[in-house]
Amino acid sequence: MKHHVIHPGTYFLVFFTLLILTGVTTVVGFYDLGRWNTVVALAIAVCKATLVVLFFMHLRYSSALPRLVMLGGLFWLALLIGLTLVDNLTRVWDSNPRGWETTSSSVQRP
Amino acid sequence: MPESHAMAAHQFDDLEQQREAASLGIWVFIATEIMFFGGLFTGYTVYRTQYFASFVAGSHLLDLKLGAVNTAVLICSSLTMALAVYAAQTGKRKLLILFLIFTMILGTGFLGIKFVEYATKYHHHLIPGFNFAPEGVYPPQMQLYFCFYFAMTALHALHMIIGLGLLAALVIMAGRGRFTPESHNPVEAIGIYWHFVDIIWIFLFPLLYLVGGR
Repeated sequence: MKHHVIHPGTYFLVFFTLLILTGVTTVVGFYDLGRWNTVVALAIAVCKATLVVLFFMHLRYSSALPRLVMLGGLFWLALLIGLTLVDNLTRVWDSNPRGWETTSSSVQRP
Repeated sequence: MPESHAMAAHQFDDLEQQREAASLGIWVFIATEIMFFGGLFTGYTVYRTQYFASFVAGSHLLDLKLGAVNTAVLICSSLTMALAVYAAQTGKRKLLILFLIFTMILGTGFLGIKFVEYATKYHHHLIPGFNFAPEGVYPPQMQLYFCFYFAMTALHALHMIIGLGLLAALVIMAGRGRFTPESHNPVEAIGIYWHFVDIIWIFLFPLLYLVGGR
């Protein structure tokens, strides 16, 4: 397999896209969109990370093995966060000790 | 016997196999790094869902503009690192050294801005376990938010410092003419590491600075 050389023009295109996305996410941060703030911020972060992995880290041009390792890492991360939340979000929480914060998210969940 | 055989380490058939092995090695390392940071991200997610109001209050005490500028600085450093790899691939030694030094300058700039932010937190008494006494009324679990803020940004900063050391080593190796278009695995590997550290920040920025609208 010949080693693929990416043209600098591609790097600059990715670079400007990343800067624009950073600008967008920062501007959105100044508006209160409720739970959509989190969704938008994370969606933009995932887009940026994907661009970096595919082009700056050359995964788009790599062989199958590095891709598999990367997906393996992400799969274990999904297990770690996902299964932890499955436990944490489905527990019935008893009332808080005196003096602790009571928010809609820390009281009983269905 | 092709010329390249003389340059590959003796356990490899040829340079291409050596390159594949080096690439696999750094990606396995990146996978372990995902797990390393993953524990912190998991803990953060659990407490953020539990004490969202406190995390919003803590997040709003950060300087969003400095965070955004630092994100841009790190993205610039990723561009110069990518261009350094390009220079190595095309055998432009002076350009390689120049881009590596640019990357180091931008990385140092990031750490400088981070240091200014830490100093502000110190003056505002926002360091948990050390001088945590913010002015006015604040939700009790805000201290937990700042525990995560400092643990995650400090671990990221440590990776940046290690990266700067690795880049310095690359500059010296490049200066001695160690890299050719056929053989420059250390530049590729450290490039991938540097971009990974950039990705960690790409997630830390929204998770720490952009909790709830301002």
